[in-house]
Amino acid sequence: MSVELATLNGQQADRTARADSPLAIRGMTVSYGQKPAVFSVDMTIRSGAMTAIIGPNGAGKSTLLKAALGILTPLAGTVTVLGKSVAQMRDHIAYVPQRASVDWDFPTRVIDVVMMGLYGQLGLLGRVRQTHRDQAMACLNRVGMADFATRQIGQLSGGQQQRVFLARSLVQAADLYLLDEPFAGVDAATETAIIGVLKGLRDAGKTVVVVHHDLSTVTDYFDDVFLINTQVIAQGSVATTFTQENLQTTYGGRLAGAQMDALSGTLG
Amino acid sequence: MIWDALFLGLGYNATLVTIGAMLLGMAAGVGGTFLFLRKRALVSDAVAHATLPGVGLAFIVMVAFGGDGRSLVGLLLGGAMSAGIGLLCVSWLSTRTRLAEDAAIGAVLSVFFGFGIVILTVIQAMNAGRQAGLEGFLLGSTAGMLRTDAIVLAVSAALTLGLVLLLRRPLTLASFDPEYASASGRSIARIDLAMMGIVLAVTVVGLKIVGLILIVALLIIPPVTARFWTERTDHVVAISGLVGGFAGYLGAATSAAVPDVPTGPIIVLISFALFALSLLFAPQRGVLSSFLRHRSFQRRVHLRQGLLALAQHQPIYEGLTMRLLKNAGLVLADGVPTDAGKARAAKAMLDEARWTIVRGDQSYEAAAILYDGLTDLETLLTADQLQDVDARLSKPHGVGA
Repeated sequence: MSVELATLNGQQADRTARADSPLAIRGMTVSYGQKPAVFSVDMTIRSGAMTAIIGPNGAGKSTLLKAALGILTPLAGTVTVLGKSVAQMRDHIAYVPQRASVDWDFPTRVIDVVMMGLYGQLGLLGRVRQTHRDQAMACLNRVGMADFATRQIGQLSGGQQQRVFLARSLVQAADLYLLDEPFAGVDAATETAIIGVLKGLRDAGKTVVVVHHDLSTVTDYFDDVFLINTQVIAQGSVATTFTQENLQTTYGGRLAGAQMDALSGTLG
Repeated sequence: MIWDALFLGLGYNATLVTIGAMLLGMAAGVGGTFLFLRKRALVSDAVAHATLPGVGLAFIVMVAFGGDGRSLVGLLLGGAMSAGIGLLCVSWLSTRTRLAEDAAIGAVLSVFFGFGIVILTVIQAMNAGRQAGLEGFLLGSTAGMLRTDAIVLAVSAALTLGLVLLLRRPLTLASFDPEYASASGRSIARIDLAMMGIVLAVTVVGLKIVGLILIVALLIIPPVTARFWTERTDHVVAISGLVGGFAGYLGAATSAAVPDVPTGPIIVLISFALFALSLLFAPQRGVLSSFLRHRSFQRRVHLRQGLLALAQHQPIYEGLTMRLLKNAGLVLADGVPTDAGKARAAKAMLDEARWTIVRGDQSYEAAAILYDGLTDLETLLTADQLQDVDARLSKPHGVGA
């Protein structure tokens, strides 16, 4: 009897947690063929926080994000955004895919890419007005790319391309930002620009979730961490969760002692 | 006669066919652009070849029901159906099996075409006898087309063109960044389906005009031609539509004036001519301009390196460098720099030093990305910026103010 009651209370608590969370995932499993890339993952993102999704290569970080957004079809699992389905909340979600996922020789200019962020608003035939162009330019300005507006995207460096992608998500004026490896292979100037913008979003009350690979910057950049290696290892605030023990579990033997020592200064 | 055709003076039917071919060319060029950008151009070849068994079977069915089997709309509907089945086969093979799309295309294309040829052979042996005209679907023949047929084709081509223009935003998004499109709630499967629907429509309308073997050229050559001229998606779409429309119009008009010439090959050859001109002479991406740009760049590099060597009193070994310096009057025959040479050399040194500062400073990023080792900084920076750079030049590292 008391066990049943406890379970009921637990369910009630979880329902509340899901309704409050800007991104809550329950029981998510995604597999390529017979091998699960993500297995039975529960995730509850805290509103107004910057969360890093961390784990070794092939741990299912990007897969989890894509499945949450419906880019991949999961085998099992539910996703809610503030208690509603992702489909209902599309307008509140902005996604920044990995830079390598597109063909940069595509015939399009920087400003055109940012304008794509407004296609949802514009619909099929809505006319592009000066206010739309102004919005796009303002977002390019926020990532320091306004001078590049009319360049063909293939002429940009990797870091600049990444900032254009970020600008495209900014123009959507969303509440939840999901970024897949935005710091991978970018120059220091870009990293500074991107983290500045993301912290600005967080300070404005938005929720930011980043697939991240650089353990040395986690403490500086993020509030929460989500450690994953196919299954969830741990989630919570950087101070309590980003610990040596949790990292060893996440990376198995793959994190060399030297890396651990270098990190020990920053660990929570 | 050719002038009559060009100015639509060959009678009502020929005029309708010419307009239809022009609209078809525009629809194919505009729709083909997205196919090309999505890197799925060859799917259209499988679709086109897969129409043949449908056309043949439709003929047999119509004869069996007592018709004469030559109703164009009936034949085209048959073609559309078998092409649809072929399309399903390609997408099933490439998504549900481990076969790549190119292998699936090859398999479906050849099997359907082979089957279609067998059916045509059967028809030839039939008593219906009036099979004449079915071969016209292979290479296109517009001669002697009925007025109603021409109207149907022209209207369908116009509708297809309208559909592509209506869907241009989702099509652009899916072609450039399918993951982002999908994350923002657009179903890639449905956009691809729409794209294939457009291809199917272009193919079916084009069967009688260019023929199934050459449809693929109408979908691919115009966008590839347009790509040489611009870096913007909307401009590629517009130019591609113009190229396709022009080729369709000129091809159909020519074929109307010279009835023995099949329409399809003429249209394709005209679009190829436009492609060849673009390939050679397009201002940025053309072969000729690439070659000239490369050569002029090489010469400027040699000249610059020569000037820097002069400024630093280093010997010059390369013959081309020396020749360029001499021709520009910067050195004398014995290799001694002239006054002009000395001035240019000093300027080159100054420019190098300025560039080093600009490239090391994040706030000059937009200028720094244009670094090619040659460009004069004065052409890129404002006077104020230049002053700022020069101020830093006069304060070398480690020396206190």
